[in-house]
Amino acid sequence: VTEKNVVTAIHDALHDEMAADDRIVVLGEDIAVRGGVFRITQGFLDEFGEQRVIDAPLAESGIVGIALGMALHGLIPVAEIEFADFIHPAFDQIVSEVARMRYRTNGDFGLPMVIRVPWGGGIHGALYHSQSIEAFYGHVPGLKVVTPSTPYDAAGLLRAAIRDPDPVIYLEHKKTYRLIKGDVPNEPFTVPIGKADIKREGDDLTVIAYGLMLHQCLEAAARLQQEAGMSAEVVDVRTIAPLDKQTILRSVRKTGKAMVVYEDNRTYGAGAEIVATIAEDAMFDLDGPLVRIGGPDVPAMGFAAGLEHAFMPDTEQIYARMLELARF
Amino acid sequence: MYRFMATARMCDEAAFRLNRQGKAPFVVPVSGHEGCQVGTAWALERGRDVWLPYYRDLAVVLVAGFTPKDIFLGLFAKADDPCSGGRQMPSHWGSRRLNIISHSSPIGTQIPHAAGIAYAMKLRGEDSVAACWFGEGATSEGDWHEGLNFAGIHRLPVVYICENNHYAISVAQKQQMAIDNVADRAAGYGFPGVIVDGNDVLASYAAMKEAVERARAGEGPTLIEAKTYRFFPHTSDDDDRTYRSREEVEEAKHHDPLTRFAAYLKEHGVIDDAAIDGVQAEAKAEVDAQIDEAWNAPDPDPSSLGRHVFAEEDGPA
Repeated sequence: VTEKNVVTAIHDALHDEMAADDRIVVLGEDIAVRGGVFRITQGFLDEFGEQRVIDAPLAESGIVGIALGMALHGLIPVAEIEFADFIHPAFDQIVSEVARMRYRTNGDFGLPMVIRVPWGGGIHGALYHSQSIEAFYGHVPGLKVVTPSTPYDAAGLLRAAIRDPDPVIYLEHKKTYRLIKGDVPNEPFTVPIGKADIKREGDDLTVIAYGLMLHQCLEAAARLQQEAGMSAEVVDVRTIAPLDKQTILRSVRKTGKAMVVYEDNRTYGAGAEIVATIAEDAMFDLDGPLVRIGGPDVPAMGFAAGLEHAFMPDTEQIYARMLELARF
Repeated sequence: MYRFMATARMCDEAAFRLNRQGKAPFVVPVSGHEGCQVGTAWALERGRDVWLPYYRDLAVVLVAGFTPKDIFLGLFAKADDPCSGGRQMPSHWGSRRLNIISHSSPIGTQIPHAAGIAYAMKLRGEDSVAACWFGEGATSEGDWHEGLNFAGIHRLPVVYICENNHYAISVAQKQQMAIDNVADRAAGYGFPGVIVDGNDVLASYAAMKEAVERARAGEGPTLIEAKTYRFFPHTSDDDDRTYRSREEVEEAKHHDPLTRFAAYLKEHGVIDDAAIDGVQAEAKAEVDAQIDEAWNAPDPDPSSLGRHVFAEEDGPA
């Protein structure tokens, strides 16, 4: 085991997979010579060569469409979209092509490919370097969408994504990149896609989150224990689609109270789906109201620190709602 | 070549007949495009090269290995439709067995796919070629630019074939672009753009043969613009009287690639009228027989709706 941050964990896992399987190629903007704007592919060009490490023109739809073609002809492309905010030109390729290839050919063609996307706020990214996109793609059958939030899960889910026979959108929360550190085994391992994880056990309420919000929830849960003597069970969603309903419902049935926290715009966000799932399947196990904390329904967070802070749910706010729900 | 062209024309005529009989809800016609389609497809090799057609390419997929029965299984949305098992609209081609890449309805999305496939061919050291067809309408799409640009940068073994019939459904070419020749655009991507008379099957073949040889020799992509015309509306749901004069359509029929090729073959003593009639009759008999087989094939099981969203345990990877 080695302690790593999220960037190093992703870098190392991708590196080791590429070293082990020469079908894997990476392509994206600034990923070769520059090593990626977040340094995920640092050193790859020298080690794997320009044929497998491709600086792509600034064209996101093309990057995804080209990756699709590669996946159809014996390669396993790992495409990088520089920021989640820039993925929108590729929406048609992802939704109409990538997600539907297997279905529209009745299983004749498959697409083993990964689209890596840095997402999320809290880094002074303003309107176009802070967005959450998981709900757009979580809504589309045929795509798997993962949101690892720890170095361990980042490494394990990336390996699982690369080895998956179907397309995976792999979302990396930018604020966690260097903030979150943790132990990662040195030997290759995978984390299964479609499995949530209990990051903290507890009895008084269930808190469901992913991305940066997961860490804020863990912080708030620790404080709840310390200051109020109550225990929150924190569920890390890890995979947005397909959603691990079982793990979520099992926890909610145990604690009888559920709260979902996400930084995307509240309305129609992934948290809405999670809350709806609980309402449908665990209504009579609940001892308190369903609580949903999300970003406000304004187009985006602002660049000014105060505007950004006002958009993102913070630990204080999460703590207050946790306490309120636990005492309900 | 003539047999494939004639078979494609027969399929079209039969499909419209079936449409009028209420047996085929949606038809995408090929008529008028047979020359450039058969000519370009002819320069490829089955089992070696990869085909990325668009919805009008009935004659391309016949050359690639589809039978008329395959076409009509799709037209009737039957379970054994090789493209999609009745999931997609007719003429949305695809077959892993034949290296025909599945495409969708949004226009031009297959252009970057061809570049990606060609990139993989090059990386894997194959001497195969990806060939990608589209109408001139597709050349307005961003994906078209992005695909050709990438193909040019990496000198990929891909041939892009524009079947320019001068209308994107109803929008005339002069409303689509400020230039006369789509081929001129190739200069912007650093590879040759070639104009060919798409109603001349042999000229189309010659242009494609040269492009394929260039691609196999590692000399990079070619854009071929085949000037042609579509004799029927865009689809069975279109009414082209709203945007094209009957005189214009009738005039175009004087350049019918089938009659032109038949005249050429006769002139050069390859076949005579009787032989041409014979090929036509055989093609018609073949198509008619296979229509019946396709019509009597089973429909997809509605309970299969949920299958193949993701890989299945026992399915292909």
